[in-house]
Amino acid sequence: MPKRTDIKKILIIGSGPIVIGQACEFDYSGTQACKALKAEGYEIVLVNSNPATIMTDPEMADRTYIEPITPEVMERIIEKERPQAVLPTLGGQTGLNIAVETYNQGVFEKYKVEMIGLNIDAIHRGENREKFKAVIQGLGLDLPKSGLGRSLEEAIKAAESIGYPVIIRPAFTLGGTGGGVARNEEEFRKIARLGLENSLIHEILIEESVIGWKEFELEVMRDRRDNVVIICSIENFDPMGVHTGDSITVAPAQTLTDKEYQKMRDAGIAIIRAIGVETGGSNIQFAINPQDGRLVVIEMNPRVSRSSALASKATGFPIAKIAALLAVGYTLDEIPNDITRKTMACFEPAIDYCVVKIPRFAFEKFPGADPGLGISMKSVGETMAIGRTFREALQKGLRSLEIHRSGYEDYPKIGADLTPEILKARLAVPHAERLFTLREAIKQGISIPELYAITGIDPWFLSQLKTIIDTDQQEVGHAWENMDPAWLKKMKQEGFSDAQIAGWVGRTEIEVREKRKNLGVLPTYKLVDTCAAEFESYTPYCYSTYEEENEMDQASEQPKIMILGSGPNRIGQGIEFDYCCCHASFALQDLGYETIMVNSNPETVSTDYDTSDKLYFEPLTFEDIMNIIDLEKPLGVIVQFGGQTPLNLARRLQDAGAPILGTPVEAIERAEDRDQFAKLMLDLDMAQPENGIARSRDEVLEIANTIGFPVLVRPSFVLGGRAMRIVYDPQSLMDFVQEAFDAAEGQPVLIDKFLEDAIEVDVDAVCDGTRTVVAGIMEHIEEAGIHSGDSACVLPPHTLSEEVMNRIKKYTERIALALGVRGLLNIQFAVRRGNLYVLEVNPRASRTVPFVSKATGRPWAKIAARIMSGQTLDEIKVTESESIQHFCIKESVLPFSRFAGVDIHLGPEMKSTGEVMGIDNSFGMAFIKAQAAAGQTLPLSGRVFVSVKDDDKRDVVFIAKKLRDMGFDLVATPGTHKVLRSNSILADKVDKIGRETKSVLNLIREKKIQMIINTPFGPVGREHVRPIGTTAVAHGVPCITTLQGAQAAVNGIEARQAAALTVSPLQEWYGKSKE
Amino acid sequence: MRALLVLEDGRVFHGRAFGAEGEAAAEVVFNTGMSGYQELLTDPSYYGQIVNMTYPLIGNYGVNDEDMESDRIQVAGFIVRELCRWPSNYRSQGSLEAWMKKQGIIGIEGIDTRALTRHIREAGSMNGVLSTHDESIESLKRKAQAAPHMAGRDLVKKVTCAQAYDFSDPKQQAGSPVFKVTVIDCGAKSNICRELTLRNCGVRVVPAHTPAGEILSGHPDGIMVSNGPGDPAAVPYLAKTIRELIGKIPMFGICLGHQIIGLALGGRTVKMKFGHRGINHPVKDLATGQVGITSQNHGFCVEAESLPREIEITHLNMNDNSVEGLRHKEEPVFSVQYHPEASPGPHDAAELFDRFTGMMDKHKKRG
Repeated sequence: MPKRTDIKKILIIGSGPIVIGQACEFDYSGTQACKALKAEGYEIVLVNSNPATIMTDPEMADRTYIEPITPEVMERIIEKERPQAVLPTLGGQTGLNIAVETYNQGVFEKYKVEMIGLNIDAIHRGENREKFKAVIQGLGLDLPKSGLGRSLEEAIKAAESIGYPVIIRPAFTLGGTGGGVARNEEEFRKIARLGLENSLIHEILIEESVIGWKEFELEVMRDRRDNVVIICSIENFDPMGVHTGDSITVAPAQTLTDKEYQKMRDAGIAIIRAIGVETGGSNIQFAINPQDGRLVVIEMNPRVSRSSALASKATGFPIAKIAALLAVGYTLDEIPNDITRKTMACFEPAIDYCVVKIPRFAFEKFPGADPGLGISMKSVGETMAIGRTFREALQKGLRSLEIHRSGYEDYPKIGADLTPEILKARLAVPHAERLFTLREAIKQGISIPELYAITGIDPWFLSQLKTIIDTDQQEVGHAWENMDPAWLKKMKQEGFSDAQIAGWVGRTEIEVREKRKNLGVLPTYKLVDTCAAEFESYTPYCYSTYEEENEMDQASEQPKIMILGSGPNRIGQGIEFDYCCCHASFALQDLGYETIMVNSNPETVSTDYDTSDKLYFEPLTFEDIMNIIDLEKPLGVIVQFGGQTPLNLARRLQDAGAPILGTPVEAIERAEDRDQFAKLMLDLDMAQPENGIARSRDEVLEIANTIGFPVLVRPSFVLGGRAMRIVYDPQSLMDFVQEAFDAAEGQPVLIDKFLEDAIEVDVDAVCDGTRTVVAGIMEHIEEAGIHSGDSACVLPPHTLSEEVMNRIKKYTERIALALGVRGLLNIQFAVRRGNLYVLEVNPRASRTVPFVSKATGRPWAKIAARIMSGQTLDEIKVTESESIQHFCIKESVLPFSRFAGVDIHLGPEMKSTGEVMGIDNSFGMAFIKAQAAAGQTLPLSGRVFVSVKDDDKRDVVFIAKKLRDMGFDLVATPGTHKVLRSNSILADKVDKIGRETKSVLNLIREKKIQMIINTPFGPVGREHVRPIGTTAVAHGVPCITTLQGAQAAVNGIEARQAAALTVSPLQEWYGKSKE
Repeated sequence: MRALLVLEDGRVFHGRAFGAEGEAAAEVVFNTGMSGYQELLTDPSYYGQIVNMTYPLIGNYGVNDEDMESDRIQVAGFIVRELCRWPSNYRSQGSLEAWMKKQGIIGIEGIDTRALTRHIREAGSMNGVLSTHDESIESLKRKAQAAPHMAGRDLVKKVTCAQAYDFSDPKQQAGSPVFKVTVIDCGAKSNICRELTLRNCGVRVVPAHTPAGEILSGHPDGIMVSNGPGDPAAVPYLAKTIRELIGKIPMFGICLGHQIIGLALGGRTVKMKFGHRGINHPVKDLATGQVGITSQNHGFCVEAESLPREIEITHLNMNDNSVEGLRHKEEPVFSVQYHPEASPGPHDAAELFDRFTGMMDKHKKRG
């Protein structure tokens, strides 16, 4: 069937900020959809609050709304744009949920907008547990026994009839938020209450526990002619009980006979039809009882999901793109398979390799969080690796993970001297490092049947692990002289890295690499082609392995440039860097270069096979990158865009002969090295906070005493402010110093004077070696001391004077030139009492580049890439900063709701997972939009709780007064109350925590408080503050933890009280700026 | 132990032996299925072929007594990238390796199976020798060249049953049959009989050389011409039998059976470059426009343009537009090139068996 012509304009809903459970994969799917539908001639309207996405690049859609994804905004956009259709299946759970909410408010009906891909009834059948169960039972399929609860009482009854342990799943949430396993009524009450609150429809499902069963997933697609195909099967290494996002997963399924697989396939096809997913993809999860093969259906996502992104990368079949085309009426047999060109998309991919996905966790960022894994997702990123065997793929995946492991090797974090008893006890509870705990257990001789009994991990996987461990132990001490090609090839086929082999033979990684090359043991690159080589493929998407035949054709007419990606997402390094890498590739392709992308993160746009000319899905390690460089011999390698990952490798790559493009490695080191940097500052006559480098506890104290408290303590060479803290006194310094040294891993610890009450400023700029252009100056809304990644910021700055701004520009230019930057540069300044301090210089792409690009309408990463290729700013015609008339606010999004009970206050260690952007004509309106986009709906009326530390008591008066004037009631703790009263501001007094009946916690629970202003009481007050923050998070009450944030919120609320919300696409904002 | 695979064009692959020791010379083909190795190994259509699995990890779930498509391993040799030595599945009764050893089948592992697949894709299916004792590449190449080629080979006689018998599967509940079906055994997969039994058919399996008269004397309600190995053009006696039966009794042909029906109706068959072997081949039903994913295993196909006017092409392969199904416009005869009985593979086409029983029903009522 041809595409629909009754539709001209389509609204696509994005997924908003990166949060746990919803990451770059929806930028990947949304970008594919925009590209595919635009190419078909449709006019695309896009809404997404996340500026760090490729999909929100102004050329991806016709009308790009970087606005909060709320029903109100949806209506404004629909009112303005009048699309005929809305596509809700590509924006993750956010997209689906917002479509349902908007539908329920009658907006689609009012404006005659059709939901395509999936209708509301199908959403309900897929997402509403009761309806889903009825459909599945109607098909004669099995489900775990279950019951429903809309109240705690009803839920408890259901749990009793099923029998403990039970699983609790809230309906309509993100990534299973608020779910859990309860072994008894006490646990049940706790989880069920939270689950009911988190559910959009106040409903939870209580299920028979199938913990320990084998877990599988199918990616299914259907078109409107009712053709259904399975794109990929996925088997979870971790059995049922661990969220699939937190599981190691493998594609295709490994341990199913064809009989069992076909039974599951039949079920998958029947389900997608019965649920009524008209067109598009769905992810269906199954569990199989390992004892008797009983197959039960767990759940389905009637939309493109994280697993479908993985399946797309694992097979080469672009699920999101095809789903978009199916939604406008094409059928699978009409859409060509890009990879083979000759065959159609109506088939089931056959793969001839093994794919392993490994989650990346960030528990070190959240002390106090439960490190156990369950049915609520906790990982922040993932890596995927491809090999010809499971062992090869697993080892490649582990070295891609950037956890300082070169493969499946010992992991000090699991601890030393563990007895078998301790190991067994630990293994019984799924946790982030369980793979390594298993390693220790296998080494100690605990048998596979016993490990299987404890963990439920299939013996197939355990045997594979044991094989790696056996080889590893056997080869320790292998003689250097006996490293012959046959042995070496075998070890490489087992996935062992040069570094691991170096450990066996007692040589360096470089020595092993040289010898390996001399012996001719080189990787071969095989194509990911959807068809197991049955047809010729035209898409150079490949992975390395050690086989006979290499398929990558290195002949090219064009000069080649290689771009190193940023690997798995983690806190501090995420989509922003992938955005920059994609832009580099686009810009260089425009200039006629052949671009080669190297990355290991399956969620990203950069690992889409049509982003670059060639895609190497490989670990970002010295060995793997150098192997590609040896083969491809690129003209240049770009390390500036992928964050810390490639940057940390720059020196070694250059020393091994890699041609690093752009800013010289020496300049990067000059900026990173404390001594060299201090000298640079001195030469340039610029101030930096007093500082010192310490290698011991004594030195730390000595330096701190010299420069005076408070001090900022941090390990050198770490990401996202890991183990970074502001310390106010010698005692807390001594308490913290060990953690800093641990995180530094042998590197020294840095001590800086902490500038209290300073304004922090972030600058992004480009420099071609002679000219520097400032891309954007961002003023942080929170004071200095909060990690720039967590701080909200505004562009242009709203409180800085013209004079300070000019000084910042001058400083930036001088630093860029002095370092010899060619490309991007980010500088963090502090402004205090008119003085300018340079805090940090990063001669690379920063996290804020996409935000600045969206704010100013200029593609700064592309400009930087062109500079790196040798062009000058004059040639590119970028000679001046862009001045804009509107305000853009970046707000960070924090994952605290995932980690019950952790401290929600911000500090110098970065904790946010993502960001949103608010754009409007006034600061206040832009701020309230940014807050709404980040999920904090600031109230326009109601009651505000105020409790601030002593230092803030004077300044809170103004804010409190303003709130009263704006019609809010106030509640304050005794200390704050006293200050307010003495300033004649009316407020109710509320007791601190502890006195149950009237405590603030109760008011929050009873929804009698609409907003919280609560600043931490310095280092000692924190423990007491925590319950307020966590209760606020649990109940979704906006909680503001800095006075500056409170001030901005007041501005926002005031603006919103005065005027209605309006929406404008980027294309209009840029038009206004140009006028 | 080392093992060598040498193709007739001189391409050599060095690997490790598994299963039985010895030597096998046969046509080398590849299969893209990611599951179903046991069904595949016991499928008589693979008789006289060395099968290369494109999926690299084989043997993961072991072998069992249930997933048999005939009573033994039929392939001449088996090629895998990695043989699994620690199978895991609740139904597993042993390892693939032990089973192959017991059945006397040679295997080779550890070769670049993708390179081999690409080679066959480009050069076409060809003979090869798999050996665990001859280490001379020249000698193996000569043996490969000397081995009989698939075109012109009657392999049906090697796999058809010696005597007629009534099919029964102890796992299946036998109700009182509504239809009597005679299966002409060209190397039939057991699942064809199971699918028929499931649909209330009493199944009598007869040897391929059974004359039409003898078949008719059993008064069957329908005839199933089964799958099987080799060149359909090399078994003219079968086409002759079929020709005599067409129009008299409803007939359904699968794979080789389809090719023989094509020949009997006046069409031609040709050898394909490397054939279709796997469980992911899209086939379009031209009547409904719907696409089904099918299980396939064939190296020959019916030429579309060779078919007379009274024959309708009902199904086409989406990848290469080859004929996947046909029917006679007047007589109760239809056939498909793929495997509706699956095993291994998708069940998308299982309804063809219903079509067959429907046809028998209609025919029966008409008297």
